[in-house]
Amino acid sequence: MNGLVNALTGTWDSLPPLVQYLTVVTWKILIVTIGVILIVAFSTYFERKVIGRMQARVGPNRVGPLGLGQPFADVIKLLIKEVIVPAESNKFLFVIAPLLTLIPALAAWAVIPLNDWYVIADINAGLLYVLALTSLGVYGVILAGWATNSKYAFLGAMRSAAQIVAYEIAMGFALVGVLMAAGSLNLGDIVRAQAGGFSNWFLLPLLPLFLVYWISGVAETNRAPFDVAEGESEIVAGFHVEYSGVAFALFFLAEYANMVLISTLTAVFFLGGWASPFEGFEFLAPIGEMRFIGWIVAGGFPWLFIKMAFFMYTFFWLRATFPRYRYDQIMRLGWKVFIPVTIVWIGVEGVMAWFEVGPWAGLSG
Amino acid sequence: MFQTVLFYFIAAVLMGAALGVIFSRNPVHSVMFLVLAFFQSAMLWLLVEAEFLAIVLVLVYVGAVMVLFLFVVMMLDINVETVQRSLTRYAPIALGVALLMAIEMVQLIWTRSETGESAVAFAAYPEGYSNTKALGSVLYTEHVYAFEIAAVILLLAIVAAITLTMRRRPGLKIQNVARQVAVRSKDRLRVIKMDSEKKQ
Repeated sequence: MNGLVNALTGTWDSLPPLVQYLTVVTWKILIVTIGVILIVAFSTYFERKVIGRMQARVGPNRVGPLGLGQPFADVIKLLIKEVIVPAESNKFLFVIAPLLTLIPALAAWAVIPLNDWYVIADINAGLLYVLALTSLGVYGVILAGWATNSKYAFLGAMRSAAQIVAYEIAMGFALVGVLMAAGSLNLGDIVRAQAGGFSNWFLLPLLPLFLVYWISGVAETNRAPFDVAEGESEIVAGFHVEYSGVAFALFFLAEYANMVLISTLTAVFFLGGWASPFEGFEFLAPIGEMRFIGWIVAGGFPWLFIKMAFFMYTFFWLRATFPRYRYDQIMRLGWKVFIPVTIVWIGVEGVMAWFEVGPWAGLSG
Repeated sequence: MFQTVLFYFIAAVLMGAALGVIFSRNPVHSVMFLVLAFFQSAMLWLLVEAEFLAIVLVLVYVGAVMVLFLFVVMMLDINVETVQRSLTRYAPIALGVALLMAIEMVQLIWTRSETGESAVAFAAYPEGYSNTKALGSVLYTEHVYAFEIAAVILLLAIVAAITLTMRRRPGLKIQNVARQVAVRSKDRLRVIKMDSEKKQ
């Protein structure tokens, strides 16, 4: 056994550094991607259970114990369905559009720190990278709507484009506040700036920005109550009206992957990412030393997962609670409410940093 | 070596995409080729470790500008015949601009090779170098006036665009959200007490 381990480490050390690096990164990417896809699969189950409870129903309970096999049944059903490409559509763009929504949603995970050391690419401009990639998802929606060559799909694409462009600005401004408070564009550094327990999180000092970011995130993912892009009561299913089988499954996957992404990002930016809310209490410090429950105090991936799950729950909660927004009200909220709120709060933050009030005392130096 | 191969590969795709913008007949395809071209130029910047510029290029041009381009182009019903007519009309100007740019580029490369600047290979930045920080510290100190003037010009463009399109047309219906919210049921609904009608 020892000989085998020695032989393996020997071979590993003899590999060129580039190969070693590529192997490690490939494994990291695989772990994150498969994790995200599994979370997506089970969040569809979670969503139906949550909304079922809220509407006094049971939700899925037939496939497997507690209905836990439901996501896999759904996937198999979608995989064996026929993909129909409309005759008058632009075939190439029609096929490539679902991929264009999915790829940015997965690629954005490259810079997200899952705990203190697990991040695929620890780049300096991580926050900008995330902003750039989340803004790319709209291409898939627009191209799907256009390539389908149907009025309903086109209307959905138009609505989605206008909505995403509007809310992206508010989202970007909200993140300006975050990077002012953290003093860094690196997501790991942003989390580290929030270390030291619940009171050091950006949630309370940046409360308006948190609300703007979270609601913009819901709008950006085209989820209820901002789901006018698919608005099934007005334009059938919007941009994906002609999609079936695997192509539809990819849109579905992208939508949920985006939701998981936005939930995780909100946790990273405003709720201290992997950090524990119990940090900084002297009497709790011994728990942090313990083997399996140390993360409760010391922080770690489970906290990030809990925060992410909470925001996923909020997505479903909103969907079960609110009726769909009217289109002009969506535009009004984005342009006339959120953008002024963020600009004002950035100004407030700047003044506070200048006079060294509040948590940004050391920032101006 | 690896970097050189990567550079030529990206540059080749960039050229292909740029040609695709001009030669594709479908305007939506042109826009998508332009998006690809932006991506490739961002990759070129990444190769020289200018990560901030690369990401901002994608964020601003691909994420915002090209989405609006696509938005407009998709709604156009372009007549190929008029396009061809205007092509012959503007061809001399286009050729002139192209020639000018070619001359400038050749001049740049020529002066660089004279001074021996182009022979210097790109040296990697030291550990801990932040492209973003370097750019910010120059942008907000040395070039602060140019930066602010550019910002004001952009603001001016926004205001101008809005004033040009916001005409007060007669019969324009505007929703007053404050009034919509303030509406109570008694404003819209009147409950009347009446006796039941007698059978005829």
